Amino acid sequence: MEPFTTLTAVAAPLLRDNIDTDAIIPSREMRTVSKKGLAAGLFSGWRYAAIGSRDPDPDFVLNDPAYAGAQILVTGANFGCGSSREHAVWALAEYGFRAIIAPSFNPIFRGNCVANGVVPAVLPGSLVEKMAAGLAAGPGRTLTVDLVAQRIDGPAQESHRFQIDPESRDALLAGADPIDQTLRLIRDIRAFIDVDRKTRSWAYPKG
Amino acid sequence: MSRTIFDKIWDQHRIKQMPGGADLILIDRVLLHERTGGVALKSLIERGRAVLAPERAFAVMDHIVDTFPGRTDRTTMPTGTDFIRATREAARITGIRLFDLDDPAQGIVHVISPELGIVLPGTTLICPDSHTCSQGALGALAWGIGSTEAEHALATSTLRVNRPKTMRVRIDGRLASGVTAKDLALALLGRFGVGGGAGHVVEYAGSAVEALDIEGRLTLCNMATEFGAFSAIIAPDEAIFAYLEGRPFAPSGACWGAAVRAWRELSSDEDAAFDTELAFDAAGVAPMVSWGTSPQLVVPIDGAVPDPTDPGPGSIESRTRALAYMDLAPGTKLAGLPVDAAFIGSCTNSRLSDLRRAAAILEGRKVAPGVKAICVPGSTRVKRQAEAEGLHEVFLEAGFEWRESGCSMCFFAGGESFGAHERVISSTNRNFESRQGPGTRTHIASPETVAASAVAGVIADPREAVR
Ligand code: SF4
Repeated sequence: MEPFTTLTAVAAPLLRDNIDTDAIIPSREMRTVSKKGLAAGLFSGWRYAAIGSRDPDPDFVLNDPAYAGAQILVTGANFGCGSSREHAVWALAEYGFRAIIAPSFNPIFRGNCVANGVVPAVLPGSLVEKMAAGLAAGPGRTLTVDLVAQRIDGPAQESHRFQIDPESRDALLAGADPIDQTLRLIRDIRAFIDVDRKTRSWAYPKG
Repeated sequence: MSRTIFDKIWDQHRIKQMPGGADLILIDRVLLHERTGGVALKSLIERGRAVLAPERAFAVMDHIVDTFPGRTDRTTMPTGTDFIRATREAARITGIRLFDLDDPAQGIVHVISPELGIVLPGTTLICPDSHTCSQGALGALAWGIGSTEAEHALATSTLRVNRPKTMRVRIDGRLASGVTAKDLALALLGRFGVGGGAGHVVEYAGSAVEALDIEGRLTLCNMATEFGAFSAIIAPDEAIFAYLEGRPFAPSGACWGAAVRAWRELSSDEDAAFDTELAFDAAGVAPMVSWGTSPQLVVPIDGAVPDPTDPGPGSIESRTRALAYMDLAPGTKLAGLPVDAAFIGSCTNSRLSDLRRAAAILEGRKVAPGVKAICVPGSTRVKRQAEAEGLHEVFLEAGFEWRESGCSMCFFAGGESFGAHERVISSTNRNFESRQGPGTRTHIASPETVAASAVAGVIADPREAVR
């Protein structure tokens, strides 16, 4: 996973609350048992003129050429609610998004972001609304997400500290594979299990 | 120090604290299904990793399997067969127990786990599925994660988790007759909103919760994910222990006694402090039905669609959008709204007691002409039990389809659906745009409301249909 430090990129506003993972990537677009090949299905219910078609719906924000190459998404509360499918983050990441700014995230979705190097940045709703309005007024504007300083900087010198838990921030900055990291603790884990198996033998099915 | 149930389970499973502040938590059970679990197993295999404790991991086929009688690996979802076969192959390679299509223990993951005694009080259980919180009904700490975290849990028997906050929702009072755990879950969402439980493990407590049977508790906890919660939990009681005794994966022999002794400790201490406390009166709850595209947009069944500019959950914009999608005008009465289809199924409401209550309404009645009505039992075991009681005949004679178990049209996988603009009364948990198929309009309610509405051809109050 690529470490994330700071990113300046075009930001796209999609200011709706409760965007669920099925809207991010409909289940019908998850065609293979793979983490790849999902970008074309991103927001497909909104992005294309009709179900099954690949004709862009001109009204959808990402189809405005000004947002080509957008890597930051500015969106509404409870983003990523619904199904736990990690395909939602795989699709966003493959499309190019590396940071999402919202007033709140669904907890499973937020974990999936961190697991895939995408920054889930929390800002108060009123600020997100202002930010989205500014972006919509000037399509193609950029924002800077500085994970080191934990700040988001806008074009008019505005700068806001965003919320992210320290564990996630460290993981994103390091870009390390969490499974490899935890496997380094395998002796601790095994030792813990050996003791636990004695006190809670009932929790261990006979294999 | 006084502790909540959650604290007790968490502390027992905490291996160590990580530098970033998260805890490394021992995971007792990993559950997988073919939609999101197959990809986790496949990724694990591709990276040359092994499952650390295969005897504590289980996989099942539920999400995209066909639910038509005589099913095979072929399914109505294009490429669905690939998911089924890839999951089967990955389960074989990694040596984990798979409940395959034709296994008598097959069913929706959150339905079979309690049935088989896989989930136990005081254990930690994860599954790459958002409704894993259902299983907190048995006093476990069970929560949903993504595929990468599932892979982490498979490889290491642990997860790194930030300790969630604790919330107690105390629900006292008696549910009126004809009002169920589903109505209670919807009423809570209507009152506290989809963000009401955000960041918290929610302990449901109080006399109304204690009075629920186990299946009702599973229904209540099921919708904690709609509440935005990390998970839900209910203190296990003697009813839970009696339910679990003798189940295939439950402890037996000397272990059983030790288990029950440990489980009896699993209640929140008298003076345990919660980060947040909410209270709710069950007595005033009516059968609930959703009118919008978020499960917080609900009203009592005799209520009307609210004006989006009136105070309510979510933004005015989102409520206006919901009205347009659902093709409803403010002031429209929910009862009496014509439906095209009725669906009884899903991990929320497809257990034996759900089917019994729906059948009691359907007995001797017919589904209204033009209404497509489907019943999908939550597990093969539920289906067989229902058939032994003759419930399938009630459903079939009324005009319901009687299916093999699975998630079916709780969600649209790309195969079968109800069709654009169809209005569906559904015992499921999500009414999102296109959840049950492109353009489908879902109204969520209890199984008895679904049954009564199927018969009436319009959304109908189940209390009037109960004999
Ligand atoms: S029944 Fe529906 S909500 Fe439950 S696990 Fe299956 S798809 Fe998810």
